Parts: sequence; structure tokens; C-alpha cells
Amino acid sequence: MRSSKLISVVPRTLPESHLYSFHFIPTLRSIDFFQSLSAYVAVSMSRQPYVTGTSVLGLIYEGGVLIAADTAGSYGSTTRFKSVERMKAVSNNTLLGASGEISDFQAITQLLDRLIVADAMWDDGNDLGPLDIHNYLTRVMYNRRNKFDPLWNTLILGGVKNGVKHLGSVSMIGVHYVDNHIATGFGIHLAQPIFREEWKENMTLEEGTRLLEKALLVLFYRDRSAINKIQVANVTEDGVHISQPYALKSEWNLEAFKNPTASAAGSW
Amino acid sequence: MFRNQYDTDVTTWSPAGRLHQVEYAMEAVKQGSAAIGLRSKTHVVLATVNKASSELSSYQKKLFKIDNHIGIAMAGLTADGRVLSRYMRSECVTHNFVYESPLPVGRLVVQVADKAQVCTQRSWKRPYGVGLLVAGLDETGPHLYQNCPSGNYFEFHAFAIGSRSQAAKTYLERKFESFMDCSKVELVRHALHAVKESLQEEELSSANCGVAIVGIGEPFVILDSKSLQAYIDSLEEGKNDQAAKLEVEEEGNAAVIERQDISGGAGVGVGAEGEGPTDMET
Repeated sequence: MRSSKLISVVPRTLPESHLYSFHFIPTLRSIDFFQSLSAYVAVSMSRQPYVTGTSVLGLIYEGGVLIAADTAGSYGSTTRFKSVERMKAVSNNTLLGASGEISDFQAITQLLDRLIVADAMWDDGNDLGPLDIHNYLTRVMYNRRNKFDPLWNTLILGGVKNGVKHLGSVSMIGVHYVDNHIATGFGIHLAQPIFREEWKENMTLEEGTRLLEKALLVLFYRDRSAINKIQVANVTEDGVHISQPYALKSEWNLEAFKNPTASAAGSW
Repeated sequence: MFRNQYDTDVTTWSPAGRLHQVEYAMEAVKQGSAAIGLRSKTHVVLATVNKASSELSSYQKKLFKIDNHIGIAMAGLTADGRVLSRYMRSECVTHNFVYESPLPVGRLVVQVADKAQVCTQRSWKRPYGVGLLVAGLDETGPHLYQNCPSGNYFEFHAFAIGSRSQAAKTYLERKFESFMDCSKVELVRHALHAVKESLQEEELSSANCGVAIVGIGEPFVILDSKSLQAYIDSLEEGKNDQAAKLEVEEEGNAAVIERQDISGGAGVGVGAEGEGPTDMET
């Protein structure tokens, strides 16, 4: 093989590009505009997120994968949107959950829709599984990071294929790994320790859901951008089921809350 | 083939609705030495007739590993075949890098076929002069495909291409219904019988044929001359204990994946065995 310089392997611009002849691939990337502009003017491409989602949690149980997230979209420190779907079924055996910039999550789901459709169009008995999609997203995130134009998300990808359960994470800089239990954002600090203590192999659906809810409750108490309206998704070999949003039972009737400034210095 | 009036370039149709250049390319495949493929429910076997252009040279390399789960045998202009196998290896490696899973062989075959079709519709190109038998696995099991210079691809239970392939095809047509349930050893012996048909007068030996196997859970392997000779010996004796001995040896050899000489064909760089590739007889 002639030595080919593989500087970056980017998934072809469009997942369905094998259906186009190769001299027509439409590109509409903001970077094209900025790169041409940057010949004349100094342009910074580091961006900031605007509407964000907080933690997403996931764990493997005996029947498949459970992933949970709340339905809040924060605008800075304000809880702006309270019915945001932060998890989406990618195919009938894979689910994607995201924390971070919601619009980037929506762009990713559109990209994955096209990927799944292009794959299904082969109609040859092969299909993309959760591992394939996890790796594909890693490539996408890493290549965006290399162009200083990241998709500002931490993604959680879970699914089951041929009896093999898969649960993994990809960050906005392309860091990716798989594990039996995963969390993003505040969940890394508040939920993962609970999982490390209490997760075990072959938990039932009941046990898994209770463990997730326990972690979500802690997050609701302690994470300012979390709200008490959560969805839990169950991915098995047979399909993906995302629950309707529901609330957790939380306790606020604590003495210290009744007169919170009683012992604060300078109060009267 | 008669000299035709509309055969100067590939983008000219003949009044009979044919592209003669494409057909001449298929003829180049027929002039190459034979390649044979057959499959069962669990394995695919490729076998080739190896011709050396002189006693001093080594033979043309016609079996190529594309990935752990895909390999090819070629007939025709082996230089074109080398280029295609480099493309196929690159596609497999890229797919593995992006998706961390093996490229299904059926999709690779379509990509190669589309690449070949491009060369039948550009006036500044010529069709590839090589036919490929592609053996590989995907989620639905093992498969055997043929890629033509015309840009067509076909799936087969068993097939043979190249010169004197009709003799091998006749053998395969007689026996193919039993292939599905064959063990690996039986399948290889069928392949060697088919090669024998193509060789006709010559003695079958590990010097004038090559065999490669890919199977579910078994990566693509080109048999070394020792294993190959053991199979050939077992053909002649036709004994069951030989078969059993082979099975044991196979276990040992399965772990050894032959190192590919990446620079391509060894020995003389002539395309179709014996004949110059541009010798289109008028």
C-alpha cells in the first residue's frame, strides 16, 4: 500500500454520500464562511453554549440499557424551557441522550437520522448497532473539535444488538469510553459515586430504575439547573421505550428551610 | 472476436447496443488463469491456478487478503487487481476506523462495482481488466461475489472465472447443492477438485495452485504450501484419517495469518499469464 497520509479521517460529509456522484456534495458549514473571512479579519471560532441541558445518566441492567435525563433547557442560570426532550431513539435498538447545547443535540439527531436512513437503504440485512453509532459520533465530535468548531455536548449512547449491551459516552472534544454506568455533567460528581457503590450485574428493570431515580433525586436537590421532571428510557433488543415525563417525590419540609436567613450574618 | 467498427473507445455504443471495449475487458478476464470460489453455511473457499511465466520466475499472486473477514481471488490483469485490492483495503480500514466494526462484504462489492462502472462511462479511462471473486462475511453469514469489469456484480454459491474455468464450473454445477452443509475440509477438497479440472493434464501440487479460506469466527487465511500439500495428498488418498489429521493441523494454522507482500505480485509483472495483456487477437 502506498503510504497515505491520514491526517484526519472524517466521516464523509453526508452519511448518504455513496448515493451521490462525487462531484456534487453540498456543503453548508459555517466554517467555510469564517475560514474565507479569516483571510481578511481575525475570526475566533470558539463558541459558547446558549440553551443547555444538564446531566444525563445511564446504566446497564439485565434486559438492556436504562438512560434518564430531566426535561429542562436552561438559558444561563435561568430555567427557560421545561419540556425539552434530551433523549432520542436513534434506531430501534439505540438511544442517544445529550447534555450541553440543545441546538447541537438537535443537529446531531438530524445527522444520525440521515445516517440510519442511508444505512437502511442498503436493505441487505446489515444494520448499524450502538457500537457503530458510538464510534461514528466520536469521529464527528473529534473532527469538529479539531476545526475549533465543537458541538457543545456530552453524548450518551446506549443500545443492545445481538444480545450485546453497549453503553458509552462521547464528549465535545471527542473523549469516548464505555462503561456499565455513565453520567454527564453534574452527574459525574453526584451520581457516579452512587452507581459505583450500588450498581451490580444483571439488575432487574425495577432495581435499575430505582437506582437511576435515586441519583436523579440527588441531582434535583443539588444541581441548580435540574428540575423535577424526568424521563427514563429503556432500550432492549426489541426496541426503545421512553417514558412520559414524571416527577420524583422530594422532601422540602426541612427546619432549616423554614427560616433560611435566621442565622445569616447581617440579617435583621 | 471479430474486429468491430465501434470499438475505438469505451464511450461509443455499437448499433447493436454493445460497448465493445467493456466486452474486450471481460475477455482479458477470460484469458487469465483460473480462479474458483465456493461457499458453505460457515465458510468460503477461494482457489487459484498459479502459472509462472517461466521456470525461473515465481508465480503471479492472485489471492489477496482485504481484511480479516474479506479476501479476493482475481483473474485477468493482476496489476489492475492490485489497485482494486488497495482500494478495497482502504475502504475496509476507513470503515473500521469510523464505525469500529467490519465493513459488510456486500457493501464493499457494490462500491467496487460502482468504481468499475465509472470507467465504462469516461472517454479518458479504460475499464479494469480484472475479474474478482470476493469472499467475505457479514451479519447474515458468509458470501461469495463476483465483480466484473463491466461494473456488474453477482452473488454465487460457487463460481469459476478465467481460462479453462468451464471445466471447473461443470464440476461445481454437479456438486454445489451439497456445499452448504460441507465442513471446511470437505469444502477445500471440493475446491481442489475444481482446480484439478482446470489444470487438466498437469499434476496438482502446492506449486501450481493456491487456496484461501474465510469463515465465521475464522479470519481470512491463505494456506501455506505445507497445509496445501496436506490437503492435496488427502485428495489422492481420499482417507478419513487424513481429513482428521488436517483438522488438527488447521487448528494450529488458523492462528497464523500469512503476511502479505504489500508491494503486490511477486516475480514477473506481466498481466494475464503467458499472454501480453494488450494482445487482442483480431
